[in-house]
Amino acid sequence: METNQIFETIRMIEEDNLDIRTITMGISLLDCIDADVDKACEKIYQKITRCAKDLVSVGDQIATEYGIPIINKRISVTPIAAVASAAKATSEECIKYAQVLDQAAKTVGVNFIGGYSALVEKGFQGSDLALIESIPEALATTDFVCSSVNIGSTKAGINMDAVKNMGTVIKETAEKSDLGCAKLVVFANAVEDNPFMAGAFHGFGEADTIINVGISGPGVMKRALEKVKGETFDVVAETVKKTAFKITRMGQLVGQEASKRLDIPFGIVDLSLAPTPAVGDSVAQILEEMGLGSVGTHGTIAALALLNDAVKKGGVMACNHVGGLSGAFIPVSEDAGMIEAVENGFLNLEKLEAMTAICSVGLDMIAIAGDTPAESISAMIADEAAIGVVNHKTTAVRIIPAKNKKVGDHVEFGGLLGSAPVMETNEASSADFIQRGGRIPAPLHSFKN
Amino acid sequence: MRAVLTVIGKDKVGIVAGVSQSLAVLNINIVDITQTIMQDYFTMMMILEMNGQSNFDYIRQELDKTGQQLGIKISIQNEEIFNAMHKLG
Repeated sequence: METNQIFETIRMIEEDNLDIRTITMGISLLDCIDADVDKACEKIYQKITRCAKDLVSVGDQIATEYGIPIINKRISVTPIAAVASAAKATSEECIKYAQVLDQAAKTVGVNFIGGYSALVEKGFQGSDLALIESIPEALATTDFVCSSVNIGSTKAGINMDAVKNMGTVIKETAEKSDLGCAKLVVFANAVEDNPFMAGAFHGFGEADTIINVGISGPGVMKRALEKVKGETFDVVAETVKKTAFKITRMGQLVGQEASKRLDIPFGIVDLSLAPTPAVGDSVAQILEEMGLGSVGTHGTIAALALLNDAVKKGGVMACNHVGGLSGAFIPVSEDAGMIEAVENGFLNLEKLEAMTAICSVGLDMIAIAGDTPAESISAMIADEAAIGVVNHKTTAVRIIPAKNKKVGDHVEFGGLLGSAPVMETNEASSADFIQRGGRIPAPLHSFKN
Repeated sequence: MRAVLTVIGKDKVGIVAGVSQSLAVLNINIVDITQTIMQDYFTMMMILEMNGQSNFDYIRQELDKTGQQLGIKISIQNEEIFNAMHKLG
């Protein structure tokens, strides 16, 4: 083995914050369905604590043995709205499911449990509406439960009734708890094997239990690009590809090892550059390294497009199965470079929307003024969903109306969630638009241009 | 299982002796050693055979202690991580 390769790996981990963002165990709860809510909850608790009892210890073992930090161990479960349907659960009863998920998460010691979810892109069935209505209370009364609602897809169009509901739900969630909105994602084209919270759930097409891995590594990418300063974009793309390959190999190794030790099949590696609020672990700074004065300025979209694509190209060869959201995440509050760009006035909501047309997820971890009307939030969701639905990609909104705060104020979330400046939104009303409800039809794609 | 141990620190008398002594106490066999001085910094790499040694946490703690005594940084990792990252197949 080459000495310099060994030192390269060690440097990546110790100096450039290379880590595995998450090992997520997907657990199907379809076999826990029961017409009696309490019985269902008991079965859910039993199944999660049985399947995931060793998840945290195995994760920690792998982290020490390989010397690579594994930041989160998480669980994703079957969308609870489906489980709750059998009991025709009311919104009060839905809370019980949230609470049992929270208890199970605490028992096994994971960081988050995702799947308090409903998939309503085409319409509501069973307990979908009850679950959606219960989200504010569910997120306020639990610590680790994450929730998501899929309101649109390229095949089905956009469920504007759900979009309308979610505006109100987000407002209520913000009223009830400070961190609730950080645990709530509204999706279009949600994927079933996403290991990243808050949007993770265990899809119906998945195996009974599965291990998915999400990688991180923006610091390593930035360091690699520092070495090719001034070179052409051919060189930049090549550098990103090669670095993504190396990062992803690590994800593949960790995933395989976890799958072997837990005796659970290995699902996918999510090839994602996911930032943390730590200095030197920022996706925004990678873009700036390409030559932008600040993320958000002219050229940002082109830089992000290159980055996103090259990460996938490099990563695909490095692992067996790629999935999830794969790409570059640009949450505002979790990325030191993004926060700075907003504070300096170089990055606004409109540019973020444009960026989401080509990257993973969408308007992510963005704080807005607490008095923003619910309809405006719904309209932001509709805009993001339209980008996803028309462009065959996943988009999401995780937006945080900050109680009693105005544009320019600052909100602290703490930990991996970071902090965010309150951003300016458009003040013109979207109320009549959102009040219409109904469904925006699926786009026509046979005359694509 | 094989592991890679690396040592970085200011050069001084007794580093190789100290590290090898700790490994001997832990019953870990040294398969290969390479060592150099890079701009005043003592840099050493060892390939270790960890037969029958499975408590990685303990090993790491012991080596941390040795590192602190000698004023150097010791890291130890499963060899596979380097192979995975840099080799195909």
